[in-house]
Amino acid sequence: MRGEIVAFCCERSAYPAADLAGKGKLCYPDNLRVIRIPCAGRVDAIHILKAFEKGAAAVLVLGCEDGACHHITGNIRARERVRYCDMLLKEVGLDGGRVGMFNVAPNETHKFVRIVNEMNEKIKESGETK
Amino acid sequence: MEEIKQMIAPYNKLLLAGCGTCVTVCWAGGEKEVGILASQLRLARSAEGKEISILEATVERQCEKEMAAELKDKVGEVEAVLSLACGAGVQTMAELFEEKPIFPALNTAFIGMPEKEGLWVEMCGACGDCFLDRTGGICPMVRCAKGLLNGPCGGTRRGGKCEIDPEKDCAWVLIYRRLEKQGRLDLMRKYYPPKNFRAVKSPGRIQAVKA
Repeated sequence: MRGEIVAFCCERSAYPAADLAGKGKLCYPDNLRVIRIPCAGRVDAIHILKAFEKGAAAVLVLGCEDGACHHITGNIRARERVRYCDMLLKEVGLDGGRVGMFNVAPNETHKFVRIVNEMNEKIKESGETK
Repeated sequence: MEEIKQMIAPYNKLLLAGCGTCVTVCWAGGEKEVGILASQLRLARSAEGKEISILEATVERQCEKEMAAELKDKVGEVEAVLSLACGAGVQTMAELFEEKPIFPALNTAFIGMPEKEGLWVEMCGACGDCFLDRTGGICPMVRCAKGLLNGPCGGTRRGGKCEIDPEKDCAWVLIYRRLEKQGRLDLMRKYYPPKNFRAVKSPGRIQAVKA
């Protein structure tokens, strides 16, 4: 998993967006590993930390747009947890900004690709990618 | 985190021992926090280019020897233990496993209760000479910043807040309002001599007498 970007994608928004991006032949980095989750709120701090432990260079949590979460507050909780994780990572000396939460609607394929590309650029700059 | 990293710096095989009772409900030392801290320590070591092997285990109550003893096999496998229990749990572990260094991962602060999600407030100082019958169930010893026994100081702010910390309520305003509701304001007029601070001699030790 060294150098990869792990993207936890909500099956109701970002996962279909990733799927559509593929179907639309949009290019995104090959070091992306998509993990399908039932809701962004399913992601806990330990899942994000474990991804880094396994060598991930960055972690993205991609959930529904504000107000569109099927489970009402899953995306809001995910945002708080990502902020908490950012703090935990800073505590152990890992640079901030390597974990991010973004809202992606199921049809926002270009936004999905842009988010992944931007994160990839960021980790390339810090020399983390493989 | 820096303090913890320094404590465990010489060791490469660790047990992170959580406690499933008070520290779990305080979001400080339960199974979840053990997992997060273990992960953080692994990441910190790997960032330094070093390796560390961490076992994780959580028992129901670390302050009870029978329960802490469940960790015996795991303690045998490691060089040191980092305990996420309160001070009582850490010391129970230290007594049980004398041959291994047991380090505290937490700073135990007080006996309190959860006021709302994520907020705990100190309620009891475990003084051994309870005063709550005279104050409507509000302890001025710990909830008043000055521990006053006979009414508020002159520093009560508007709105019944404490002069030391405007976030905190003045315990004596709370006591007055509670006693007023109960029609027991006469208790406010009584003078109480200094408390008996020797009710429980330090270190505390209580032997139950069986009938």
